Amino acid sequence: MPSSNLYHNDKIFAQFEVGFDQFKLDVDITIPSQGVTAIFGHSGSGKTTLLRCIAGLQKSESGKLIVNNQIWQDNTRFLLPHLRPIAYVFQDARLFPHLNVEENLNFALKRARKRSAPFLLDIKSSGNGPLGKKSLDKIIAMFDILSLLKRYPENLSGGEKQRVAIARALLVNPELLLMDEPLASLDEKRKQEIIPFLEQLRYEFNIPIIYVSHSVTEVARLADNVIVLHEGAVDSQGDATEILNRQQHKLDAELGVIIEGTVIEHDNKWNLAHVQFDTGKLFITNYAYTLGQVLRLHIKAKDISITLSQHHDTSILNILPAKIINICDASDSCSTLVELSLGRTTLVAKITKRSLVSLNLEKNKEVWVQIKSVALVR
Amino acid sequence: MPLSDADLQTILLTLRLALTVTCILLLVSTPIAWWLTKTKTFWKVPISALVALPLVLPPTVLGFYFLLAMGPQGPIGQLTQFLGIGSLPFTFWGLVVASIFYSLPFVVQPIQNAMEAIGEEPLEAAATMGAGPIDRFFTIVLPLAKPGFITGAILGFAHTVGEFGVVLMIGGNIPGETKVVSVQIYDHVESLQYTQAHWLSAVMVAFAFFVLVVVYSFNRKNVGLRYKG
Repeated sequence: MPSSNLYHNDKIFAQFEVGFDQFKLDVDITIPSQGVTAIFGHSGSGKTTLLRCIAGLQKSESGKLIVNNQIWQDNTRFLLPHLRPIAYVFQDARLFPHLNVEENLNFALKRARKRSAPFLLDIKSSGNGPLGKKSLDKIIAMFDILSLLKRYPENLSGGEKQRVAIARALLVNPELLLMDEPLASLDEKRKQEIIPFLEQLRYEFNIPIIYVSHSVTEVARLADNVIVLHEGAVDSQGDATEILNRQQHKLDAELGVIIEGTVIEHDNKWNLAHVQFDTGKLFITNYAYTLGQVLRLHIKAKDISITLSQHHDTSILNILPAKIINICDASDSCSTLVELSLGRTTLVAKITKRSLVSLNLEKNKEVWVQIKSVALVR
Repeated sequence: MPLSDADLQTILLTLRLALTVTCILLLVSTPIAWWLTKTKTFWKVPISALVALPLVLPPTVLGFYFLLAMGPQGPIGQLTQFLGIGSLPFTFWGLVVASIFYSLPFVVQPIQNAMEAIGEEPLEAAATMGAGPIDRFFTIVLPLAKPGFITGAILGFAHTVGEFGVVLMIGGNIPGETKVVSVQIYDHVESLQYTQAHWLSAVMVAFAFFVLVVVYSFNRKNVGLRYKG
């Protein structure tokens, strides 16, 4: 049972083979036991099945699962779900209808896993049980559900239910948090209501999270690592930024590149912030970022234009030197995609074929990129 | 007083029988209903059919077989004699045993329906929070199936009150021991005491109507207690 204090360095090894009528899941993956790992893919790609296998809710014909040096499943053993130190947030919240919000939370709290590792980073000692009253109060405050405590699930909105469900999962004091598209059943407004809570989880809780999603936006905002599933098999896996960029090329929708940078300077006169990334600096509109804060920025291909010389008579602030490394067709017949290298960073520009010819653009040519706008992902 | 002391005695005996049978039935039906809900084996169909048998069989057939089984040569009779309980036919406890089988489907089926309506979802959620099978049964299954238990208890009680054929076959007509209301009414009619039969029958009609009103109003109130995400 959970007691190992080494687990920060450990990993999750999972190998499953499950077959249904028309579908087969066959994966062999390694997941870092820190941060957020997104399992990404279209519906029917086997994301939920994989998550259910990890939880033990789905039995696989053959499988092996080692989490933090503990064997949860192999050829001879199968740890039942209630014995696995996990918590699971379901797409449909699954609050118990016969219990009010407070009783739902207490259901989890009473059965909370006992483990030595600090789960709430700023709570050193807690009152009674593995998670005491303090943790309960903190989580209630964090998810803003104090006013809902006496209400029954049937009287909650979708967003409220999901907030309670996430709070309830955390109160289990899990070693591993599994989330199955917690936002999928919500409309855009509710999604925006929940996402900040999820982002907070990343920073405040010391537990690995496996997050199933088919939304690029969610994955970009939340994930550190990504596993892409396609028809029950692993398509690619690795660092979120890298994988997402590769996926973006494939998807061509909202095409662009995601880069990470650090806020290094405030320009209070013009209310701009200076962001340093691998090979350059970008100006972005300042929204009270703190110095040193790491931002993830989405630069869309359609917001990048290419010039042959460095223009000074332009309203565009972000102008950087780059080299063309690849040119390929876009999904529509009049456009082309130009991959540009800025040292270690690669950008993609979507320009017309006409401009490509008139500027005489070709591989290895040195150009200037003008970035019209930068969207902040997080 | 329109009801004689003998009538009152039968009413009290009937209530005592129905109450005893209902309590035992709730205990017996819960595991049966849960097993029928969860099992995926071949046995689900024959066991379901066996439980439902009293719904279609004439009570006299059931009573006849019970009479044989509980008799000195029958398997139940041999067992009770071996245990020193003696012979069951024409005793109160004989009636109890027979009534349990006779009313079983009326209790098992509402409970089973309620349990099936719960679905896997809340049970999976509870499991991921560390609740084991027994914990889940008491904290999730029982409270969510409560409407089924109440309906089952009321139907089982009412059905036991209304039984006649089985009682006649294995209980007979012993005042204070096996003479229930339905048999008393039969006796009144046989001896042409129509006024007495009227009063007692009216009590039964009122009781049955009251029970059904309670069941229906309860079921309507609890439509919302089905599991919703």
